[in-house]
Amino acid sequence: MIDVAVTKRLGDFTLDAAFTAPAGVTAIFGRSGSGKSSLINGIAGLLPLDAGHVRVGGTDLTRLPVHKRRIGYVFQDARLFPHMSVLQNLTYGGSHDRGAVIDMLGLDDLLDRRPASLSGGERSRVAIGRALMMRPQLLLMDEPLAALDAPRKAEVLHYLERLCSTARIPIIYVSHAMSEVARLATTLVLLDAGRVTRAGPLDDILSDPAAVPLIGVREAGAVLTGTVRGLNTADGLTEVALSAGRLILPGRLGSPGARIRLRIPAQDVILSTAKPAGLSALNVLRCQIAAIEIGQGPGVAVSLVSGTDRLLARITRRSAALMGLAVGQEVHAILKATAMAPQDIGGSA
Amino acid sequence: MSLDAAAWAAVALSLRVALVATLLGLPLAIAVAWLLARKQFWGRGLLNGLVHLPLVLPPVVTGYLLLLAFGTQGPIGGFLRDTFGITLAFRWTGAVLAAAIMAFPLTVRAIRLGFEAVPPGLEDAAATLGASRARVFLTVTLPLIAPAVLAGAVLGFAKSLGEFGATITFVAAIPGQTQTIPSAIYALLQVPGQDGAVVSLVVISIVLAMGTLALAEWLSRRMTARIAG
Repeated sequence: MIDVAVTKRLGDFTLDAAFTAPAGVTAIFGRSGSGKSSLINGIAGLLPLDAGHVRVGGTDLTRLPVHKRRIGYVFQDARLFPHMSVLQNLTYGGSHDRGAVIDMLGLDDLLDRRPASLSGGERSRVAIGRALMMRPQLLLMDEPLAALDAPRKAEVLHYLERLCSTARIPIIYVSHAMSEVARLATTLVLLDAGRVTRAGPLDDILSDPAAVPLIGVREAGAVLTGTVRGLNTADGLTEVALSAGRLILPGRLGSPGARIRLRIPAQDVILSTAKPAGLSALNVLRCQIAAIEIGQGPGVAVSLVSGTDRLLARITRRSAALMGLAVGQEVHAILKATAMAPQDIGGSA
Repeated sequence: MSLDAAAWAAVALSLRVALVATLLGLPLAIAVAWLLARKQFWGRGLLNGLVHLPLVLPPVVTGYLLLLAFGTQGPIGGFLRDTFGITLAFRWTGAVLAAAIMAFPLTVRAIRLGFEAVPPGLEDAAATLGASRARVFLTVTLPLIAPAVLAGAVLGFAKSLGEFGATITFVAAIPGQTQTIPSAIYALLQVPGQDGAVVSLVVISIVLAMGTLALAEWLSRRMTARIAG
């Protein structure tokens, strides 16, 4: 359990953010300049607070100096010590679970190297390992992927996913990329202009049409959890079962029985009142409209329920009026399989 | 080479004075450089000015001020003599003090640049890993500024070897006691027919300077290699 309240004036900007989060991975999401980094620097103790508190698992850390807080911090720029080997970096704060951490992050071949000779992805992995070996009571990650190119991002994301699903310590993950957040986090905190605008279970917020303006039209979209049924090797498509329906997705997504999370961006969902026929899209889910949220702009966010799964669609206000959409109505949601980008699909054991 | 005992004594004394002045001045130079590079405090400008004063004052003035303060009749000199039995004026230890003070601004400037070049955030990262301030300084900051400390020490050492004005004012040039290479050269130039000895001392000065630079270059390469991996 994390209980954080941070108040800090920084010039014209005032950070005044408070949230509580259960164990697991909490994502702090907001555009750049929303105060994300200041917030976690406040939690780590690197930014002295005007007022507030930081409590982790019932322990009040507010008055402790940085080095006594036992809060691991993975910085965006890794911040490895250039004059030490990888192994010396890893064990600087302790060598707890040394073998397991080296194994999990695939660091075995890097131990004698110097940070200067590592790739960006390797540096991130070493920084994560270094924070884990001090056995922190809370792990902070400040956009650990932001400085990496796409292939490195995929590499490190793979390790992060493993870490997030197995870690016993609470993790706070700062990001402005919803695809990462949706894959890794269980709790979501939305930050805007230094204030928390929403905090709660990730799936609830992502499927809430009222939260769309807070997240941004491009980033909004619900997360579904499905089970891999099987892979059709002939056309390279994987069938995934949902609570009420199935999806056909491109690529090999896991062995049968594996649970996977899918993020469906709201702007990639098309609604139809009649059952569509003669359509190239493979995935059609029968849904019921749970809520319609009319925003300021031309768009309308529609919340849909299919079995126990919740979806979010963003359509224009005019379409909604022409189709006569109303709460409780049955509609068909059309998802194009390719709309689900590889980085939006995450596996979990 | 045509050098008499007094000239050799001057060479030995110069080396001793420069070495002791450098080693004694270094810890204080690191501390002052750290204060100036990292801390905002009342009197920071004053400290900065004071440190740089020997660089801009005529050395003779610095020497005279040292004589006023540290002479046996001076407030600090009298106290040192009465309390510890230490006399600085007209002793080789006084030459050390004069050299250390003249070299101080050069050493501080070099080390301060080193502090400013430490990548931001590395010390924060060490603190989040549980390192106390002292441990952060010893294991992260100091190794990273080591090349700058070396550069400062070399500059200071070279400056100390060549210091003339403050030294001769504060401790005079007593052969065998306070006469360093520069004051020996100056004294020899006052006497006709000593050109051979002057040239020898000049050559020795050049060799010492080049040797110091070469050693510093070698050490700095090794340090940089260690940091860059």
